[in-house]
Amino acid sequence: MQKIGVFVCWCGSNIAGTVDVERVAQAVANEPGVVISTDYQYMCSEAGQLKIRQAIKEYGLTGIVVCSCSPRMHEATFRKTAQAAGLNPYMVEIANIREQCSWIHKDKDEGTEKAIILAKAAIAKLHLNTPLKAGESAVTKRALVIGGGIAGIQTALDIADAGYEVDIVEKSPTIGGKMAQLDKTFPTLDCAACILTPKMVDASAHEKINLFTYSEVEGVSGFVGNFKVKIRKKARHVKADLCTGCGVCTEKCPSRKAPNEFNQGLNKRGAIYIPFAQAIPNVPVIDTEYCVKMKTGKCGLCATVCPSKAIDFEQQDEIVEREYGAIVAATGYKLINLDNFEEFGYAQNKDVITSLELERLMNAAGPTKGTLLRPSDNEHPHEIVFIQCVGSRDVSGCGKPYCSKICCMYTAKHAMMIRDKYPDTKVHVFYIDVRTPGKNFDEFYRRAVEEYGVDYIKGMVGKVVEKDGKLLVQGSDLIANEQIKIEADLVVLATAIEPDPSVKNLATMLTASIDTNNFLTEAHAKLRPVESPTAGVFLSGVCQGPKDVPETVAQASAAAAKVIGLLAKDKLTCNPCVANSNELLCNGCSQCANVCPYGAIEYINKEVNDHGKREVRRIALVNEAVCQGCGACTVTCPSGAMDLKGFTTRQIMAEVDAICK
Amino acid sequence: MQINENNKEFKPLIVAFCCNWCSYAGADLAGSSRLSYPANVKVIRVPCSCRVNPMFILRAFQRGADGVIIAGCHPGDCHYTSGNYFARRRMTLLFSMLDYMGIEKGRTRVEWISAAEGAKFSATMNEFVETIHNLGPNKKLEDLRCKE
Ligand SMILES: Cc1cc2nc3c(=O)[nH]c(=O)nc-3n(C[C@H](O)[C@H](O)[C@H](O)COP(=O)(O)OP(=O)(O)OC[C@H]3O[C@@H](n4cnc5c(N)ncnc54)[C@H](O)[C@@H]3O)c2cc1C
Ligand code: SF4
Ligand code: SF4
Repeated sequence: MQKIGVFVCWCGSNIAGTVDVERVAQAVANEPGVVISTDYQYMCSEAGQLKIRQAIKEYGLTGIVVCSCSPRMHEATFRKTAQAAGLNPYMVEIANIREQCSWIHKDKDEGTEKAIILAKAAIAKLHLNTPLKAGESAVTKRALVIGGGIAGIQTALDIADAGYEVDIVEKSPTIGGKMAQLDKTFPTLDCAACILTPKMVDASAHEKINLFTYSEVEGVSGFVGNFKVKIRKKARHVKADLCTGCGVCTEKCPSRKAPNEFNQGLNKRGAIYIPFAQAIPNVPVIDTEYCVKMKTGKCGLCATVCPSKAIDFEQQDEIVEREYGAIVAATGYKLINLDNFEEFGYAQNKDVITSLELERLMNAAGPTKGTLLRPSDNEHPHEIVFIQCVGSRDVSGCGKPYCSKICCMYTAKHAMMIRDKYPDTKVHVFYIDVRTPGKNFDEFYRRAVEEYGVDYIKGMVGKVVEKDGKLLVQGSDLIANEQIKIEADLVVLATAIEPDPSVKNLATMLTASIDTNNFLTEAHAKLRPVESPTAGVFLSGVCQGPKDVPETVAQASAAAAKVIGLLAKDKLTCNPCVANSNELLCNGCSQCANVCPYGAIEYINKEVNDHGKREVRRIALVNEAVCQGCGACTVTCPSGAMDLKGFTTRQIMAEVDAICK
Repeated sequence: MQINENNKEFKPLIVAFCCNWCSYAGADLAGSSRLSYPANVKVIRVPCSCRVNPMFILRAFQRGADGVIIAGCHPGDCHYTSGNYFARRRMTLLFSMLDYMGIEKGRTRVEWISAAEGAKFSATMNEFVETIHNLGPNKKLEDLRCKE
């Protein structure tokens, strides 16, 4: 039997005004286990706490009930008080007789009656409390960043600058991501390469940052502070330690059929290639699908010309296992496939292009060296039509229901840049709405209209068809309320973006969740925007939702701050109110693991002693460092094996009984 | 409050399971904003609406509760991301079974009340008490053997 002390607070007149506190203290004085029941003006004051501490010692209390304000207010205070007097802090229960009683009930009798019942419920619960101890786990002081776009680079730099080791795993041969492909960037029109490539260099030169390019995450186990990750380093077929990056091999390679991904397939590259001049690391990769030597055994020209004997056709993938305290997903995005949008003729007409292709056509390092030439005949286009929201804000099911957020701004940028460089070119933009909320964004768009004379047409395009070497764009002008036709030389589709497809598999490995559009979800949409629901896993950049570069960088730094906060700790204390399964009742059915949002439950084979019978059984085991204590599993468990410490089934039942007496 | 004349003397007993992060905080806000509701409502704090076991509800009705309400975070706002969805699914099933057993649908309810919705908490409780008042005492499941 517990020895319980009950302490009823007046809270000045806040409680005592509508609740007869003395009557409450008397009414529960004879409840089973109660050895002292008293009241005082301000329990949370130093004098009030002293009263509690003295009573704990004097009566040898094993638990206390404080009838006071909400536990959200002072539960932590009274737990500390108890602890100071040598009591386990979880042997404290609060009866909320202020917010949920005295403040809302005007009738003193009613209020007092209710307070007594709430006190009795707390006493009933406390009888079943057991001392709980917060567990501890160590923290591996290294972070993993998955994805080496601007998001991943920024997160890694911030973490590394704080003094912690960071690995970046990037699946393509170089870091840089989509930003490396852009020409100029809104809203300031500075050149993307000029602001990005120095950061790439910083990342590769940083003593705390380790790059795994052309690598992928294959498996993740463990939990916050203690992740174990398997990384596959794909074979480049070039020994990175010998290669000097001279590039002779890429010039001499006779196979020239591979589409150049970096230029969005607008031209071809060799089978051995470096994606772009400032790639990091500056080490080529052999594309085995196009390599003549790998296909037929003949060729090997690159190996012959390589002055440093770096080519290795036999090289194999390598698996590396590393440990991390925190993981950041920064896997970015891709443009959606346009197969569902036949009306725009993207597949049929070379001169119907995506905005990302346009970025390459305008980039000085692109396939046309920065001169805007249309792909079909390399002629300069004189009339260009931009079509907005291709696949975005599309509830028909062909595209994506969300707004891709960046397209209105980059189209204004494209239109302005074209009008600036080629004033003889007419530029039309078909839009549904122009969405430019952001610092200096609307001003930017207005400049396109007012200073650069870009023709914005509110309306949709029904069809783009080829006619005598031109593209006939048929659309509607909703403001003039008329159908219009434009004979264009080039049509640019502001194509919707979607998360990198690898994110689905990655989310499963990380037990991070994704939404219906495959964007990774944050732990709380408003208050925890850079944390995933899984402790120790953080989100950076477009993998969490559409964003431009400024927003991406802001989120990347926020994610880094969270990681630094985690890695700065030597030990993690875990919430002791976690689930645990009774090994004698558990039948290993796996239902609990199916509902656990955090992947906290695993199954082990364990020898149990069931009333003298020893046998090996498959039973659920809750990882206390991962469990957040929601209790979903306790209700799902069909055998009643799973319970939640601090909110056990019996404790809650006892409260129900006390209230319903 | 519109109260059925026949049940004037009846003081319904209502158990409200509130999740710690949203609805319990909403109840606190109702308190600090002094938005009153009848004292018949007694709150039990649970970490998440998904912690509410159907057994708790059955037990409450057996012990003489006249109505049971579960309040959790709004869909999409669950502190544990998906707990309220579990609660919603489980309670939909349980409530139709209870209805079948004679515990009318009006006696059971799931509500989403955020920490900012003190007014909603109070309004919901007022309205729920009124509904139960008009339904009269729970006789069907109340098991007198459970009473001392
Ligand atoms: C046409 C166009 C024009 C734009 N213009 C502008 C502009 O002017 N100004 C502006 O602010 N923004 C602009 N943007 C937006 C900008 O591109 C993005 O905001 C930015 O690139 C997001 O960076 P990120 O790192 O999140 O994603 P990404 O750049 O996509 O980087 C993600 C990286 O992760 C890697 N990766 C993916 N999956 C995995 C995996 N499973 N394992 C390992 N690595 C992986 C990818 O290879 C990639 O390197 C434009 C976008 C487009 C399409
Ligand atoms: S020729 Fe050799 S050293 Fe030069 S880039 Fe190619 S592999 Fe590297
Ligand atoms: S209480 Fe919640 S977080 Fe913990 S094991 Fe159960 S379902 Fe998972």
